[in-house]
Amino acid sequence: MFYRENGQFKTSYRADQQIFAIAQDRWAILALIAFAFIGVPFLVDEYMYRAILIPFLILALAAIGVNILVGYCGQISLGSGAFMAVGAYAAYNTYIRIDGMPLIVALLSGGFFATLVGMFFGIPSLRVKGLYLAVATLAAQFFCDWAFLRVGWFTNNTSSGSVSVSNLQVLGWTINTPVEKYLFCLGFLVVFALLAKNLVRSAIGREWMAIRDMDVAAAVIGIRPMYAKLSAFAVSSFIIGVAGGLWGFVHLGSWEPAAFSIDRSFQLLFMVIIGGMGSIMGSFFGAAFIVVLPIFLNQVLPVIGHMLGMEISTAFVSHAEFMIFGALIVWFLIVEPHGLAKLWSIGKQKLRLWPFPH
Amino acid sequence: MGFFIEAFLGGLMAGMLYSLVALGFVLIYKASGVFNFAQGAMVLFAALAMARFSEWIPAWLGLENKFLGNLIAFVLAGAVMFVLAWLIERLVLRHLVNQEGVTLLMATLGITYFLDGLGQTIFGSDIYQIDVGMPKDPLFLFENTFDGGVLVNLEDVYAACIAALLVAVLSLFFQKTSTGRALRAVADDHQAAQSIGIPLNRIWVIVWFVAGLTALVAGVIWGSKLGVQFSLTTVALRALPVIILGGLTSVPGAIIGGLIIGVGEKLSEVYLGPYVGGGIEIWFAYMVALVFLLFRPQGLFGEKIIDRV
Repeated sequence: MFYRENGQFKTSYRADQQIFAIAQDRWAILALIAFAFIGVPFLVDEYMYRAILIPFLILALAAIGVNILVGYCGQISLGSGAFMAVGAYAAYNTYIRIDGMPLIVALLSGGFFATLVGMFFGIPSLRVKGLYLAVATLAAQFFCDWAFLRVGWFTNNTSSGSVSVSNLQVLGWTINTPVEKYLFCLGFLVVFALLAKNLVRSAIGREWMAIRDMDVAAAVIGIRPMYAKLSAFAVSSFIIGVAGGLWGFVHLGSWEPAAFSIDRSFQLLFMVIIGGMGSIMGSFFGAAFIVVLPIFLNQVLPVIGHMLGMEISTAFVSHAEFMIFGALIVWFLIVEPHGLAKLWSIGKQKLRLWPFPH
Repeated sequence: MGFFIEAFLGGLMAGMLYSLVALGFVLIYKASGVFNFAQGAMVLFAALAMARFSEWIPAWLGLENKFLGNLIAFVLAGAVMFVLAWLIERLVLRHLVNQEGVTLLMATLGITYFLDGLGQTIFGSDIYQIDVGMPKDPLFLFENTFDGGVLVNLEDVYAACIAALLVAVLSLFFQKTSTGRALRAVADDHQAAQSIGIPLNRIWVIVWFVAGLTALVAGVIWGSKLGVQFSLTTVALRALPVIILGGLTSVPGAIIGGLIIGVGEKLSEVYLGPYVGGGIEIWFAYMVALVFLLFRPQGLFGEKIIDRV
């Protein structure tokens, strides 16, 4: 009744091609962004920032990157954690080795080096696809794990193997408190989400999707597979690299290679599957889901156990987490292969027709 | 020279175990087109079941005989793997018929996580021992030819023999029995096999069960060497380059690939490792596979991939 496009006439192509075609959507999103920037800092306590909001923002950014590669271009990748690591360590090295390096430029340079590494490991995608490629990207994961652990140059020869950054500043604005960190990440996320959304709607995004749907047919109609695949690898690993830099610099502060292990790669892939493959919106849903679920289980399972008169150990909670993740992935693949984002769009579709479903 | 041969033999032995795990991958891929990422989780699950059963059963039945206890535990663990295969077919694969390979791959990722959690919930997450009575004494060969001789672990020799036996039995099963013929038919073409009356669902259960059995054997050998613990799942990650090298659909490929990777890992670690800081064996295998993919995407013995629109 209140959510439909009746009466909203488009008189230019520009208006016709907006991201959110329905005015209510546009206002809702703008309101949401405004709320995230202005409202949230008044409402939330420090724990929420550290445990939920900041990880959510950064992982959502990384999930967008993974979604571009896996969801839009169909190149399954198990090496996303490695690209995050490359972003983090490259940003660290440019930050400490070059005097007066601005923070944002350092983070972007992390993305740049992640792009190079991502494209290098994307080269096998020109020859192999699907299952073989998944293994090829694992090579990136193991190589990076090893390199950042063993090669002293990357960590500036710290004896402990972990690196740390402090005193983050952007144009005189010191990023210190959780609120400031949150706003900094939020800014990055909004900009990159908008860029990514526009990229996947453009010609290059359509090329990726053509390659995903059937690469031979795409090649026949004149799409260059090499260009499309490598550009997907490049864009995706740039975004993942920046997310990795944020994860190290802003969220962790000091980190070691284990922060970007293969578990991180799987986690990112699950975000994309559960959130929705081939959907920018889905990346947000997936990240929110995967960040919140473990915290939720940690709170709820002991309570349920208590009600049933059992003592739930932390070990059991972590095992249950594994099982629930596994079952959810299978369940989503069977019941709703397009993930939470699809449920969201079905909901919107129904709302458009409501209350007359014809 | 003696040292080289020692490293070489050690690599061959390790490679034999990789082959066993890789064999599980290949079997499932051949018969259903599913790239089974859960093979490592199955190895862990089977090994955990075996370790705990061999501990519990003598206690329950008051058995003194260790061989009998181990045998019953092995059979029970096999039964568990059968139930697992049946459940996977019933709950997962049946609903994903005709989906793309990538979807199925991700479904097996889900199974991996589920099995990791389930196995540790049921069987506990400590380090367990499997003691099937394999001799642990080292053996020295060619003591006259080389200085100090060549050290060979007798345990490894037994493991290699068991693995070879398993491979022989499996190839007989595939070549000579009617079930094996049905499996090969399904591998060739699902629909054609179905149309001549081969029950697809039953074939899948059988194939996953066979993969579960190879996982069990691999788990028992590995577990009795190094103990059963969570890190066993990484064995699967080390078997992945093996199948890439050997080709996804080839049983001999899995074996030869395993041997190449095993030897390559050991030699690279011994001769190359010291110059770059060590610990390179895990990615070295992947790099070998990666470089190899660029020249021969289908692997050593894989079938040529032909794309049609």
